[in-house]
Amino acid sequence: MSSTTATAHGHATHAGHHELGFVQTYIFSRDHKMIARQFLFLGLFMMILGGLLALVVRWQLAWPETAVPGLGGILKETSGILEPSTYNMAFTMHATIMIFFVIMPILAGCFGNFCIPLMLGARDMAFPVLNMLSIWTTASAGVIMLVGFFVPGGHAAAGWTSYAPLSAVPSYTGTNWGQNIWCISLFIMGIGSMMGSINYVTTVINMRAPGMKLFRMPLVVWSLFITAILLLLAMPVLTSGVAMLLFDRTLGTSWFRPSGGGEPLLWQHLFWYFGHPEVYILILPAMGIASEILPVFARKPIFGYHAMAFSMIGIAFLSWIVYGHHMFVSGMNPALGMAFTVTTMIIAVPSAIKTFNWLGTLWGGSIRFTVPMLNALAFVSMFVIGGLSGIFMASTPVDIFIQDTYFIVAHIHYVVFGGSIFGAFAAIYYWFPKMFGRMTNPLLGHLHFWPTFVFFNLTFFPMHIIGVGGQMRRIYNPMQYEFLQHQQHWNVFITVSALCLGVAQIPFVINFFWSLFAGQKAPLNPWNANTLEWSAPSPPPHLNWGATLPTVYRGPYEYNAPESREDFLPQWQAPVRAGAPRH
Amino acid sequence: MSHTASVHSAIEPAETPLTPESWGKFGMWIFLAGDAVGFGTLLAGYGAMRATSADWPNPFSVLGINLTALMTFLLICSSVTMVKALEWLSRGDRARAIRFLLFTALGGAIFVSLQAYEWTHLIERGLHINGNPWGASLFGTSFFIVTGFHGLHVTGGVIYLLSMVKYVLNRPDPMASYNAVEITGLYWHFVDLVWIMVFTFMYLL
Repeated sequence: MSSTTATAHGHATHAGHHELGFVQTYIFSRDHKMIARQFLFLGLFMMILGGLLALVVRWQLAWPETAVPGLGGILKETSGILEPSTYNMAFTMHATIMIFFVIMPILAGCFGNFCIPLMLGARDMAFPVLNMLSIWTTASAGVIMLVGFFVPGGHAAAGWTSYAPLSAVPSYTGTNWGQNIWCISLFIMGIGSMMGSINYVTTVINMRAPGMKLFRMPLVVWSLFITAILLLLAMPVLTSGVAMLLFDRTLGTSWFRPSGGGEPLLWQHLFWYFGHPEVYILILPAMGIASEILPVFARKPIFGYHAMAFSMIGIAFLSWIVYGHHMFVSGMNPALGMAFTVTTMIIAVPSAIKTFNWLGTLWGGSIRFTVPMLNALAFVSMFVIGGLSGIFMASTPVDIFIQDTYFIVAHIHYVVFGGSIFGAFAAIYYWFPKMFGRMTNPLLGHLHFWPTFVFFNLTFFPMHIIGVGGQMRRIYNPMQYEFLQHQQHWNVFITVSALCLGVAQIPFVINFFWSLFAGQKAPLNPWNANTLEWSAPSPPPHLNWGATLPTVYRGPYEYNAPESREDFLPQWQAPVRAGAPRH
Repeated sequence: MSHTASVHSAIEPAETPLTPESWGKFGMWIFLAGDAVGFGTLLAGYGAMRATSADWPNPFSVLGINLTALMTFLLICSSVTMVKALEWLSRGDRARAIRFLLFTALGGAIFVSLQAYEWTHLIERGLHINGNPWGASLFGTSFFIVTGFHGLHVTGGVIYLLSMVKYVLNRPDPMASYNAVEITGLYWHFVDLVWIMVFTFMYLL
């Protein structure tokens, strides 16, 4: 532990005394900004894979048991037609990759690493070596996860929730090493995420620049701080759980196998005790990102700063006592189900506080519809839809009806795509100038945002309808069920929209790489924002600032403050002394 | 493991840090919180399975207490020697501090050796990770996984302690290694504390 502390110290004192080689700069870097970029590239690469898997799933649902274009070369025996086992693998791995290797690396990994030190006025994370180990542990977990596609029997196929005994007995899904690799990969990822949490929490608590009181921290740092605490206390539960599952599969133990005296429900309890905080791990950073971007482009202070911070703390606390709402139909005691219904509905209160505060921030602002702002607005509106459908299923009687239907699929995608992914896009467009020193192209940005927003809704909103119509999630072929056949046109509609949604990401890829190499050079503070990262050069050099760290004089959202001539008043700008002439 | 535990606040000003003497100390606390959740999950799984089992063997009679009581005593003693090591360091006596660090590492090493002996003995009598002659198979599973996970922590701790001996040896000023040794102590006391839990829940109850 102390070695890494010492390294930070060593760096600070020997600033600029030595040049680092290629490997130390780009690969085994201890610089938090390079590690952030590495997490970003990891997440974006995995997003392509996860997205293609989703399209494969959609193809099968719209035109069941027809050859999937482009898969003829991979699935040679069936000439591109998905078999049930391959289909199970596709949706399992879509969710696993998107949750653990796309959203967590981009939101918590990339923006956690990038924002926390820069926005707090620290030169680096508290433990740079540990930080480097964290990205390489996570990347190894990602590689191991990908290896699973190539083992005999295929990859894990028991759903991302891997409910036992389906996942615990190899013959039930037909996958042997795939599921084992799934366990091993998530175990390693859990270790990597713990290293990240240690860094984030220590940095926030110990390394704020002078004047950066806790309640002067930007809300995105608050959100990442709370996310880190949730990760710290949630991931070890999954880590222990997947280890137990792995022992069941390989050593013949029976934690989750009833035949040996085990209890399948134990897995559900462990999984959701981790899993519900996990969904807040996915959404809280996006909430912080929206709270950061809305005031900048509405040119107004955030409405209710303290309420925003405390509602996030409230969400974090409540997230531990709502997990049972995933298990209403598992045979739990109805009285317990009632308790979980109530706590779940209570968690809507802090979420609503945040939503109304975002609206209050926009109210009467002079809104600039830039690409990051549009994505942040999409986050707010889509999160409202996802949050409202969440209240439906919080109620046990309703949930028993819509449990395991496409209504749930619609809900999770409105929260995780409409919420987290739009939040991630907003953050990428917003911090790209600081991260890479070049502006993104706004035209391509609009070409990416508008089709994404439209086709996102066309893809996921009809899922509510077919869900209430009775279509179960994770079914191989909806046409096998007579009562689902009349709504098959919706499945075709959703798949066509999903394909368009996939195509809509092409401008983003072009924009990202074009801007990376040929974008317009970014000025110091392109958005006229107040937070500390905009006082550092774009991109910030190693150790972020020159000889002295910035000093913080005020909160992060002083837009259109009366004491300033400009419409923004940065945190690092020294106040005009009393008596000095004002202009 | 490391070079120097430094006083950061003297180099770079920071706003009201919680542990200005060392970031590593706070980092270790955070790590221990996460690690405690990992242990807690295993113990909770064990408790849930045992509470609902109809044929859970009596751990007291199967596992035996005498040897484990000796192991527990040994581990508690090693926590005491850890405290003494830190105390001698603060008094400026590096030689005694190193001696007590070595005592601590020795205590951990004997603990792991006795555990290996105990495991061998129990495996010979038929206690396996996936079954045993006395009843619920999860009895053996939870025993080996929980004590094994703890044993890994002790083994890691012994290596950590030995690296700390080298660390102190490399620093002529005793106070230069005080923070690092204190952080090691946090870890070692945590491992000790977890064992008290494991001993209570797995052997005594």
